[in-house]
Amino acid sequence: MAILVNKDTRLICQGITGKAGEFHSKNCLEYGTKLVGGVTPGKGGQTVLGKPVFDTVAEAVEKEGATATMIFVPPPFTADAILEAADAGIEVICAITEGVPVLDMVKVKRELDARVAAGQKVRLIGPNCPGVITPDECKIGIMPGYIHKKGPVGLISRSGTLTYEGVWQLSSLGLGQSTCVGIGGDPVNGTNFIDCLEMFQADGATEAILMMGEIGGTAEEEAAAYIKANVTKPVAAFIAGRTAPPGKRMGHAGAIISGGKGTADDKIAALRDANIEVAESPADMGAALKRAMGK
Amino acid sequence: MKIHEYQAKQLFRDAGIPVPEGILAKTPEEAAAAYKQLGGAIAVVKAQVHAGGRGKGTIKGAEQRGVELVKSAEDAARVAGALLGGDLVTIQTGPEGQTVKQVLVEAGCDIARELYLGIVVDRGYGKPVLMVSTEGGMDIEKVAHETPHLIHTAPFDPNFGLQSYQSRKLAWKLGLEGAAAKAADKFFRAICKLFVDCDCSLAEINPLVVTGAGELMALDGKINFDDNALFRHPKLVELRDTAEEDANELRAGEAGLSYVQLEGNIGCLVNGAGLAMSTMDIVKLHGGEPANFLDVGGGANKDQVTEAFRILLGDPNCKAVLVNIFGGIMQCTTIANAVLAAYKEVGFNVPLVVRLEGTEVEEGRKILAESGVDIINAEGLTDAAKKVVEAANAA
Repeated sequence: MAILVNKDTRLICQGITGKAGEFHSKNCLEYGTKLVGGVTPGKGGQTVLGKPVFDTVAEAVEKEGATATMIFVPPPFTADAILEAADAGIEVICAITEGVPVLDMVKVKRELDARVAAGQKVRLIGPNCPGVITPDECKIGIMPGYIHKKGPVGLISRSGTLTYEGVWQLSSLGLGQSTCVGIGGDPVNGTNFIDCLEMFQADGATEAILMMGEIGGTAEEEAAAYIKANVTKPVAAFIAGRTAPPGKRMGHAGAIISGGKGTADDKIAALRDANIEVAESPADMGAALKRAMGK
Repeated sequence: MKIHEYQAKQLFRDAGIPVPEGILAKTPEEAAAAYKQLGGAIAVVKAQVHAGGRGKGTIKGAEQRGVELVKSAEDAARVAGALLGGDLVTIQTGPEGQTVKQVLVEAGCDIARELYLGIVVDRGYGKPVLMVSTEGGMDIEKVAHETPHLIHTAPFDPNFGLQSYQSRKLAWKLGLEGAAAKAADKFFRAICKLFVDCDCSLAEINPLVVTGAGELMALDGKINFDDNALFRHPKLVELRDTAEEDANELRAGEAGLSYVQLEGNIGCLVNGAGLAMSTMDIVKLHGGEPANFLDVGGGANKDQVTEAFRILLGDPNCKAVLVNIFGGIMQCTTIANAVLAAYKEVGFNVPLVVRLEGTEVEEGRKILAESGVDIINAEGLTDAAKKVVEAANAA
């Protein structure tokens, strides 16, 4: 089963004619993802990697039956690209782009929420995220495909390379993954921990969940409360940034301890209170998940 | 991006938000002239640095506070003289303080009440939120923690701005009536509009005062902008004062690196923000102290890695360096070659521990091993942390 994406997902890349877009489209194709085309306004009619390029997402949906997109367009145009994909009826929108203005995301979120409330099936992942992968079926985004292994662990993370570290540890321990979702490091994003937890709890292929959070905001605390009330599958977690000083933005726009809120210690306490196995060290994430499964 | 109080107040003035009359001064003579020009009996001289807590902060090695009430031109010149050129130490600056290069001389005003106002983008709501409190002039974080019921909030949609009914409700909570409630509506909607128009990440007025005549006035002003939105605000970019920023962080930013200076002695070079934070964490877990946070990003090239090493090794506290790369998009061979190139160019005087994992890891390790360069190879995060802590302690 897995969540969000599978072997039937038909992917397009918005920004496929750019360097990053083409590079990662190629990697996704090589992984086995059904990449059916790309979109760059003004470049319709060209082909990239043997796939057709369209001027609009609507045309890509009509002609190629696209159901998912990954967005590599520059930050000033990302909000427009997301809204275009939603308007065209794309179900899974992965915005890889880093550096989108936060007020743009506020407006995007409002529009997407309104569409969901009206019954449309649409989900944004990101922005500023590595993407989503269901091993051996569909890779959307920039993660290295080969470290993943099919299996029972659902993974959710706010980070990129730290996700790879977690996947690597799991795969090395023989624990494969059902689906890995990088929700991104921005303060306002499309999909949060709770959305993913809900999907993983309902997913038949997922037996346990590894959650990787970081300092800033209260998303991890809210996830802990949700898990306590709704998730019966074993959960392990790691929080990055225990040693980060307050008031300093640690790379990600969302990773900042402000107003005394969002510290790693608060998050870890909330997770432990929900009976979640917390890895003390980032080297211990895979082992913590194994412990959680043995509980 | 941060700006000075006097710049924030100019933006307020342009947006129709009442602020006291004020004049910027760069010498004691200018401060005296400013006092005369303002024409009142009292004025306030305020140090202009990017850090908060100026009122309680003092100039290093002196008694002078960062904000002082003055009652004559001579007084204004004396205070300005004590501030200008001095290093102001506040709770936000660190022990070295920040050099005062200019002061704002402002007309005094008749304060009846001190309130608090702040706007941030709230993650929970996914919207900007206006916050006000009766506890103006206080440490608002303390108020939020100890008496959260004294903080009143109104989330608003950036497309429509704050609505008048929201202002009326907040004015009622603050105990503002009649003309003051009307003034509050105008004030609140204007500051919310400014927040959206300028893509702010923070706007704060503490204190927001009610004058004896029932007018609202921004006695202080703090604005931060969303760095990601500066591309559409070229005028705002001109307000940047790079002299107020950490030299290394500035330099890293120019090279497309994300860097934060810390107090320890172990330099860290990592790809990805989450992994970079985790690397700091594991160093500390094994008894070390990280000297910095440094994220070279997903696709760093040789030049960026070389610049990163220059910054790390330029820190006199740095006794050992840990390179932790999980090659995803970035290939381990790329980073291995970049490390070697940087090694040759920069010259290493401290031990270097390298942990590589991911894409093309075997080839990357081989390049380093065959280079003959003195590198401590580590396998896995724990091994890397232990080795770099050991190396730093031995230095």
